[in-house]
Amino acid sequence: MLNTFVVYVENKPGVLTRVASLFRRRAFNIDSLTVGRTEKPEVSRMTITVDADYDQARRIEANLYKLVNVLLVENITNEASIVRDLAMIKIAAKHEERSHVLELASVFRARVVDVSPESLTIEITGAEDKIDGLLEVLRPYGVLEMVRTGIVAMRRGSKSSTPTASNGFTKAAAAGEEDVSYSV
Amino acid sequence: MITCGASELAIRKREKSMKMTGAQILWECLEREGVKHVFGYPGGAILPAYDALKHSSIHHILVRHEQGATHMADGYARATGGVGVAVATSGPGATNMVTGIATAMLDSSPIVCITGQVGSKLIGSDASQETDITGVTLPITKHNYLVTHAEEVAGTVREAFYVARSGRPGPVLVDITKDAQQLSCEFDWDAAKPQLPGYRPDLSPAPAEYAQALELIRSSKRPVILAGHGILVSGAEREVRDLAERAGIPVALTLLGLGAFPASHPLNLGMMGMHGEAWVNHTIQDADLLIALGMRFDDRVTGNLKTYAPTAKKIHVEIDPAEINKNVKVDVALVGDLREVLHEMLPKVETVDRAEWLDYIDRLKGDSAVRDIQNLPDSGHLYAAHVINDLWRETREGNTVVVTDVGQHQMWEAQYYKHEQPRSLITSGGLGTMGFALPAAIGAKVARPEAEVWAVVGDGGFQMTMSEMATIVQENLKVHIAIINNGYLGMVRQWQEFFYERNYQATPLLNPDFAKLAEAYGIRSMNVKERSEVVPAVQAARQHDGPVLINFQVEQEDTVYPMVAAGAALHEMIRRPSAIVETANDE
Repeated sequence: MLNTFVVYVENKPGVLTRVASLFRRRAFNIDSLTVGRTEKPEVSRMTITVDADYDQARRIEANLYKLVNVLLVENITNEASIVRDLAMIKIAAKHEERSHVLELASVFRARVVDVSPESLTIEITGAEDKIDGLLEVLRPYGVLEMVRTGIVAMRRGSKSSTPTASNGFTKAAAAGEEDVSYSV
Repeated sequence: MITCGASELAIRKREKSMKMTGAQILWECLEREGVKHVFGYPGGAILPAYDALKHSSIHHILVRHEQGATHMADGYARATGGVGVAVATSGPGATNMVTGIATAMLDSSPIVCITGQVGSKLIGSDASQETDITGVTLPITKHNYLVTHAEEVAGTVREAFYVARSGRPGPVLVDITKDAQQLSCEFDWDAAKPQLPGYRPDLSPAPAEYAQALELIRSSKRPVILAGHGILVSGAEREVRDLAERAGIPVALTLLGLGAFPASHPLNLGMMGMHGEAWVNHTIQDADLLIALGMRFDDRVTGNLKTYAPTAKKIHVEIDPAEINKNVKVDVALVGDLREVLHEMLPKVETVDRAEWLDYIDRLKGDSAVRDIQNLPDSGHLYAAHVINDLWRETREGNTVVVTDVGQHQMWEAQYYKHEQPRSLITSGGLGTMGFALPAAIGAKVARPEAEVWAVVGDGGFQMTMSEMATIVQENLKVHIAIINNGYLGMVRQWQEFFYERNYQATPLLNPDFAKLAEAYGIRSMNVKERSEVVPAVQAARQHDGPVLINFQVEQEDTVYPMVAAGAALHEMIRRPSAIVETANDE
C-alpha cells in the first residue's frame, strides 16, 4: 500500500541526497518526494510517498532515523490529514473549444493561468485523484504539456510537530507520544 | 576521553580561544579526542595538515596504500574499542579508502577518515585529484562531512568522533578542503560542541517489552543464546555470562562474536552458521527460543529464512532499530545498549534447570568428533587445521590477538582457535574483505603493543596488501604472519568443487617465494611443510625479536566442513565425506 511519510530534516546541504540515496540503497521505491521550507528556517520538510507493507514501512522509518540529519519521521498514512498535489496542464484549445475547457476547469475549481491563441494553461490543486479526474476529461482536447509537484501533506487539527534544530529537540520527545514498540 | 598531558596544551587551554590554522585545529582536536596514532599517506590536498603534524604529539604511521590505512585504523579500533584514524589526500588517496570504509561499515567499527580536498573554489571543476568523496562514500559511512571553512574544522571533528563511537559504531569521513586547512580562525574547543539535534544513539526498551522477554525466557524449555559482535562493542561479556549461567542457556556465537563468551565455558556451543559446527546449527533448528544478543541474523548464520528455527520464539536485543524484523521476524525486540538492557533484566531472570536440553545437545555432538580432521590418522599431510590448532596450543596462555583474512583459513581459524578473551579475534565478517588481515594486524599491534599479534592469512589475500610488510619494518612492529598457503583461492575453489563441477577457473595461484619476499623486506621467514615442524616454527617466531613470516604449505584441496550451501536450510549441512569417517572409525 502507499505510505505517506512526513520527514523533518536539518536544513543543510546534501540532506536530500542522503534521503534519496537511502531509498535507492535499500531498494524502497519512491512514488513521490517533495521538499521545502517550514516555518522554522533551520528545518526542511519532506513528504515522501512509497509503496510498502507494514514491516517495510517500519524499516523505512527506522532507516530514516539512522540518518544523522533527520529530526523526525511521521507516518501519517492512517491519520486524518490534508494531502495536496499541484498540477499545471497545457491544453490545445482553439477558439471553438475554449468554452468547453473553461467549463470543465470551473467544475474542478481549477484556474486558467495562461492563454495563447492555440492553448490554455490550467492550474489545479487538490488530492491526486481530483487532478487525475480533471486530466481524464481534458485529455480528448490534447494535453500539450503537464507538470505535477508530487504531494505535500499535513495532519489536521491544531497540533504542530515541527521540531527545531536549535533547541535541543530530540526524537525521544516526539516518540514519547506514540507507540514506539518494535515488537510484533 | 580527553588526554592533555603536554604542557603546551595546558597553556592553550588557559586561553579561552586562540588563532590557529585549520590544519593545527585538526591535530589539536584529534589529540583532545584521545588519538595517539594515525595511519596515513600524504599528498597534495592534505599537505597543509601534514605540515602542521610536526607540532603534534600524535604518532603518524606511514602506510603503503590508503586501503591499508583504513584497515589499520579498523584493526586499531577493534583491538581496543576506541576510534581508529586514517588520513589520505584527495582523489585517488580518498578512493583507495573505499574498501576499508565499507569493511568498517559492515562490521560496525568506529573509524574516522580524514581526507584532503581541493580548494573550495575549485570544487566541481574536475580539478587535479578532485573526487566527490563524500558522494562516493555516502552509502558506506555512518555519516560524512565536507569542510570548506577553517571555522568548521573543530565542530566537525568533534561530531565525527561522537558519531563514530556512539550508538551502533561506524566509519565517519571528514573531507577538508586545502584552504580550510590553510586559513586561520579562532579556535574554541568548548564552543565546538557537537550539535546533533536529530541523532539519538541512546534508545531503551519499554518496561512491557522487558516483561515479555522475561516471560519467554522463563517458559522456554529449549532456549539458545545467539551471541554476536554487539556484546564486544557494548562490553557486555560479563552480563551475557551471567544470563547464560543463571538461566542455564547454551550460547552459540557468530563469527564476529567469537571471544565474547569463553570457548572453554561448559555452556559455549561454538560458532553457528554456514561453517558452524553441526550440533550448533541443529541446536538452533530444534530450539523453542532464540535470544539474539547484538547480532543481525546475517544470511551466513541463518541459511534459508523460510526454514530457520521454525519452532522458536525470538527475542532480539539490538541497538539499531533498523535491524529489527529485517531478516527474521521476532516476537520481542529490546532496542537499546546490550549491557544496559541485560543489567536491567538480570535481577529478574529466574534460575531454571535445563539439564534435559543440555543433555540433548551433548548427544548432537556425537558424530562430529570423528569427522574432525584432528582425530584422523596422520597421513603425513599438513592440514590448515593442524596449523591453527598448534598455533592455539602454543599461544593460548598469552595475551594473543589473531587477525584473519577472508576465506578457508578464516573459517578454520574460527573452528580450531579457541578464543577465551574478548577482542582476541579480529576478522572481516560482513564485507568479507580479502587483504584485511595484514594491515588490520598492524593496527592491532599499534593499539596493543603488549599483545602478541598473529596475522593468519591465505596466499591469495596476503598478496592483496602485502606491501604493508614495509610498514611493519619501518615501524619496527613485532607482527607475526602465518600464511596458510594452499596454492588456491581456496574458498572459491571449494564453491567450484561443490557447485560448479570442479571447474577450477581462475583459482589456482602461481605464488612468489613468500619466504624470500619477506627477507627482502627485512622480515625473518620460515617455510613449513611437515606437521612436526609447526610447533617449532611457532616457538621460534615467538622467541625472535622482531616480525616473522611463516609460510605453511598445506594440503591443497582440503575443504571447510560442515557447509550450509547458500539458500539451504541451516540443518542441511555438507559434512566431511563418510569414507573418511569410516577410516577414522576403523582405527
